[in-house]
Amino acid sequence: MAEKLTIATTSLAGCFGCHMSFLDIDERILALAEVARFDRSPLTDIKHCRDRVDLGLVEGGVCNAENVHTLREFRRHCRILVAVGACAINGGLPTLRNPIALEECLQEAYRDGIGVENPQIPDDVELPLLLDKVHPIHEVVRVDYSLPGCPPSADVIWAFLSDLAAGGEPSLPRELIHYD
Amino acid sequence: MTRPTFQIDGKPVTFTEGQTIMEAATAAGVYIPHLCHNPEFEPHGSCKLCTVKVNGRNCSACTFPAADGQEVLNDTAELNELRRTITQMLFVEGNHLCPSCEKSGNCQLQAAAYFLGMTDAHFPFFYPRRELDASHPDILLDRDRCIFCALCVRASRDVDGKNVFAIGGRGIDSRLIVNSPSGRLADTPIAATDKATRVCPVGAILIKRHGFEVPIGERVYDRHTIAEESLEREEPIVEARHG
Ligand code: SF4
Ligand code: SF4
Ligand code: FES
Repeated sequence: MAEKLTIATTSLAGCFGCHMSFLDIDERILALAEVARFDRSPLTDIKHCRDRVDLGLVEGGVCNAENVHTLREFRRHCRILVAVGACAINGGLPTLRNPIALEECLQEAYRDGIGVENPQIPDDVELPLLLDKVHPIHEVVRVDYSLPGCPPSADVIWAFLSDLAAGGEPSLPRELIHYD
Repeated sequence: MTRPTFQIDGKPVTFTEGQTIMEAATAAGVYIPHLCHNPEFEPHGSCKLCTVKVNGRNCSACTFPAADGQEVLNDTAELNELRRTITQMLFVEGNHLCPSCEKSGNCQLQAAAYFLGMTDAHFPFFYPRRELDASHPDILLDRDRCIFCALCVRASRDVDGKNVFAIGGRGIDSRLIVNSPSGRLADTPIAATDKATRVCPVGAILIKRHGFEVPIGERVYDRHTIAEESLEREEPIVEARHG
C-alpha cells in the first residue's frame, strides 16, 4: 500500500468552526483514515508536528505574537499549506478591531466599557502580546491554497482532500466557492 | 440591408448603431463581467472589470462603441485572470466581511468574485477606517463596502433629481460623500423609495430593517451565477433602450 498522506491542522485566531466543519464530513472520515494519517492537530492533541507533513490546514487569522510563532513553525513542517476559512484568508471578524487603535480597544474592553468590574488591562507575562492589527495568514507565510467560507462546508473540505488524495491539482468548482 | 456585425470570441453578434460592446453583448446573451455598469444609466467606465480585447487592445466594453467587423475577446483565461485581480484589489481596499454583511448572497461584487473563481484576496489588506452613516431613519450607508461605482451618484442625479451622492477625493483617498451641510444622510431629501437606494451593487447602501430576510440557499446568487442573473435582468433593459 502506498504511504499514507499526513495531515496536520491548527487553530490560530479562529472560533474552531472550521475544525467543526471538517468533522462534518461525518462517516467520510473513515474513507479519509484509509488514505491519511493525522499528525499535529487539536483533534489528536499532538502539540507539535513530529516531522514533515504533506498537508497543513490553518484555521484563524494572526492576532498575537504566539499566532505568528505557531504559524511559522507550522509552515516549516508542511509541504502544502492551506488557509481554511474567512479568518485565515482575510482575518475575518476579529479584523473589526483593525481600524481602531489597539490601546483604544483594550481600554474599551477592560477599563471603560459598560459593566466592566475590577477594571485593569491584562498584562500577565504568560499572555501572548497582541499585534496592533489582526492579519490574514498570507501576510505572514506563503499559502498554497485557500478554502473560503465561514466556515467552508464539509463538502468544500472534502472536495479539496479528495482531489489531493487522488494526486490531482485541487480546484474548487464554482458552486462550492462561498464567502459566508 | 444586413445589420452591422462584430465577433465576440469568434461568435458573430449583430448590433444597432450607437450601442456599446456591452449593450450589444447583453442583447445577444453574452455575459461580460461588470460592476460599475448598469444599463439603466449612462456608463461610467471606472471599475475595468468589463475589460475586453478589441482588435488586440484592452478596452472597457461598457464605454467602447461596437463597430462593424471588430474582433472582441471576452471569455479568455487571460482576461478572466485580469478581472480576478481587479476584484481582489476591490476586496482589499475596503472592509468586506461577507459573513456578517446583509448583502451577502445578493451582492454583485461577491458574485463576480465567485464567477471568477476567487478563493483569496492575494494582496495585503488595507483595513481603511471609513465612516458609517446610520443617521437616516430608513437608510444605512456603510462606507466600508463602497466600491466607488458611482451608481448611486448617477441614480440620485439623473433619476431622483436630488444629487445626494458624490465621490470625493482621489485614488486611495476616494470616499463617498453626502451632499448636505452636515454631510449626513438624514439631512438630505433622500427617501427609501428613491432609485439611489436600489442600485448599489454591494452592501454599502441598505434599506434598514430588511437584513437577512432571505435565508441562505435562497438568495439571488445562491441560485444563479451572476452571468445568468445579470443577462436575465439587463437584456430587457437594453432591448427597451435600443429596440
Ligand atoms: S458588500 Fe458584498 S463583498 Fe462586501 S462584505 Fe458585503 S457581501 Fe461581501
Ligand atoms: S455606495 Fe454603492 S452605489 Fe454608491 S458608489 Fe458606493 S458601491 Fe456604488
Ligand atoms: S463595467 Fe465597464 S468599467 Fe466598470
